[in-house]
Amino acid sequence: MPNFETVTVETDLLILGGGMAACGAAVEAAYWAKQHGLKVTLVDKAAVDRSGAVAMGLSAINQYVGLKDGANTVKDYVDYVRNDLMGVTREDLVANIARHVDSSVHLFEKWGLPIWKDDKGSYVHEGRWQLMINGESYKVVVAEAAKNALLQSGVGEIFERVFIVGPIMDGERCAGAVGFSVRENKFYVFKAKATLVAMGGAVHVFKPRSSGEGMGRAWYPPWNSGSSAYFTIRAGAEMTCQEVRFIPVRFKDAYGPVGAWFLLFKSRATNSEGGDYMVERRPELEKWGPYGRVKPVPANLRNYLGMLDTMDGKGPIHMRTEEAIKKIADTYKDDPKAYKKKMKELESEAWEDFLDMTISQAILWASTNLQPEDKSSEIAAAEPYFIGSHSGASGAWVSGPADLQTKETSQDYFWGYANMSTVKGLFCAGDASGASSHKFSSGSHAEGRIAAKSAVKFIVENNALPAVDSAAVDNLKAEILQPLETYEQNKNTTTDPEINPNYIKPRMFMFRLQKIMDEYAGGITSQFKTNGPSLTKALELLAWLREDSQKLAAADLHELMRCWENTHRMWQAEAHVRTMLFREETRWPGYYFRADKPALDEEKWHVFANCRFDPQKDTWEMRTRPIMHVFPQPKEHELLGG
Amino acid sequence: MPSYVNPEKCDGCKALDKTACQYICPNDLMVLDKEKMKAYNRDVSMCWECYNCVKICPTQAIEIRGYADFVPLGASATPLRSTDSILWTVKFRNGTIKRFKFPIRTTEEGKAVPDGGFETQGGLDSPDLFTEPASSGLPAIFTLKRQEGGITNA
Repeated sequence: MPNFETVTVETDLLILGGGMAACGAAVEAAYWAKQHGLKVTLVDKAAVDRSGAVAMGLSAINQYVGLKDGANTVKDYVDYVRNDLMGVTREDLVANIARHVDSSVHLFEKWGLPIWKDDKGSYVHEGRWQLMINGESYKVVVAEAAKNALLQSGVGEIFERVFIVGPIMDGERCAGAVGFSVRENKFYVFKAKATLVAMGGAVHVFKPRSSGEGMGRAWYPPWNSGSSAYFTIRAGAEMTCQEVRFIPVRFKDAYGPVGAWFLLFKSRATNSEGGDYMVERRPELEKWGPYGRVKPVPANLRNYLGMLDTMDGKGPIHMRTEEAIKKIADTYKDDPKAYKKKMKELESEAWEDFLDMTISQAILWASTNLQPEDKSSEIAAAEPYFIGSHSGASGAWVSGPADLQTKETSQDYFWGYANMSTVKGLFCAGDASGASSHKFSSGSHAEGRIAAKSAVKFIVENNALPAVDSAAVDNLKAEILQPLETYEQNKNTTTDPEINPNYIKPRMFMFRLQKIMDEYAGGITSQFKTNGPSLTKALELLAWLREDSQKLAAADLHELMRCWENTHRMWQAEAHVRTMLFREETRWPGYYFRADKPALDEEKWHVFANCRFDPQKDTWEMRTRPIMHVFPQPKEHELLGG
Repeated sequence: MPSYVNPEKCDGCKALDKTACQYICPNDLMVLDKEKMKAYNRDVSMCWECYNCVKICPTQAIEIRGYADFVPLGASATPLRSTDSILWTVKFRNGTIKRFKFPIRTTEEGKAVPDGGFETQGGLDSPDLFTEPASSGLPAIFTLKRQEGGITNA
């Protein structure tokens, strides 16, 4: 095996990741680090300009509260999120993001992001919380501010193309991270006083609909491989909402966004018989407690009503684009000039929606000669993803801020530093922190800022570099590089390196994981249904998979990254299966359905289901945590109003 | 195939210290064949069609062919990205052409100022973040105490 140089980097604040949350963390940390004479190091596995979930761009900002115009209150946003997540949310965390997110959006605009404005100069809304943007370069602009903040202030340094594998510990305290370059034979050891994890959620844990080339066209990007979850789990952090996966319903196969069609163009979706499941299936909502009666209908329940049509053989479901456009056009029917102008505008808006963030959908429409004003377009549920920043909720259990607690909540929700996990010195933001859904791109940025300021405060008050045992680091180095060694030792024992009895390549390892999850843990081919015995079976198969992860083999640095990405996915999968097994009810029927526990159990399960892996004992512990309100508990009529 | 490289146009980024597509691909897919001095996508089934390699290529050698397992052949979407806007040409299977131009940024490339011109007021113990409360557009950041004190819209 080639010799790998060990590069040791000592820093104060280590930011892991380069997406929206990490960029928010960088811009915030640079300011406070400069004031306190600290160093900040950011490590990204790709190039910060185009890394993370916003790498392609976005056509909307999904979280803008509009506080300065009095459009909504912080509590309004908290109510919306809690209802959408069927009552399971940390109000302190959501409120903290909601009070800072507008500031991030105003900064984006100053940095150069074009946000749509109306004639009066106000932002154009797609929905109550959503703003329309020309977002092709959203990430470029946000990354630029982060890089300028770190590099121009002289406090920061950035490592790109360094893949972070896992944490290093000083007893119970996080002491930094280890990883390797995907460009040269270098092993990296980052020693830090505080570590901020913002490495995204997880895709490809479940089998996607497409299994050929189109496998890469997941709704959430394939490079989000569960690195945040792995890092926090292996550090021994308590995790929350690991059962709360997200399943987006989008334009089928290319997964183009539907928000503009549903919210801006007011389109309906209908089944093969022309029926509207949101109307025909409405009585079904009564089964889901108070959450079935809230407005807007929670995302998972909307999904579920459509899934019921599909399971009844009433597919395909179509977005009625032609009907929606005709309805808008009809309002201009007496003014042919205005009509022509409006149609041109709508056409441009509809196509930009795809070209800004899901170009594949534009190609799919063009390749099927589809013009939305003439023909409707099929929508479908994608495979499950782990994305605590969107309408899922999985992530680490983190402390809330001091000033958004009641006497009661401060017992369970507050332990000194906002967004610090239960592991000392380990902070989380974006997809890495749980129970604070609906932060999206802008809220993830705001949460990165919150976590970074909090981490700087931690460093100032705990200003000693943790001790790192060099023998432990040597062991980690050997373990991390083992797939290269395994490949070298065994590659000549067969005539084709792809098949070998002594090792498994990362691609087949991923397929094995996906098959287990798809068939036993409620993936697409099991119609998102599972039950206790299926989940137990999944755990049995996952245990063998974990054993075989020791035999992963990599021919080069790229494959070495793929080996570890898939190991990360496997750990996310196990946390997910264990938590679905633990929660003996069905609460989010449009995300997964426990067929053996098919109803909502508000009395027993209106709680957080948390888990923790004990790195010393190699065991998992499950526990519940209470759901408490920071804001006065809403009455039924308030629930109805959203 | 998702992204593919036209060998006539690709020069392996001879003039640069590393190839542009290799530098930008978020999924580490673009590589340079050093013998041929041509780039290629090493794993098309892991390509998100994010177009970052297409947009950055200095010789416009990279294009996208839609995922062969669900996209009929013959269509394309081709970007031309400048410093402030992007021009798209969408070609349909039946030959229809649509062109769209969208702005991409309102500031000069490289010139994003981290504080956006907003002043920071609080210290490390305040709930105010960098640039706040100025960047929020409000006189103060919401806290539970302030809510009880009557600032209901904060």
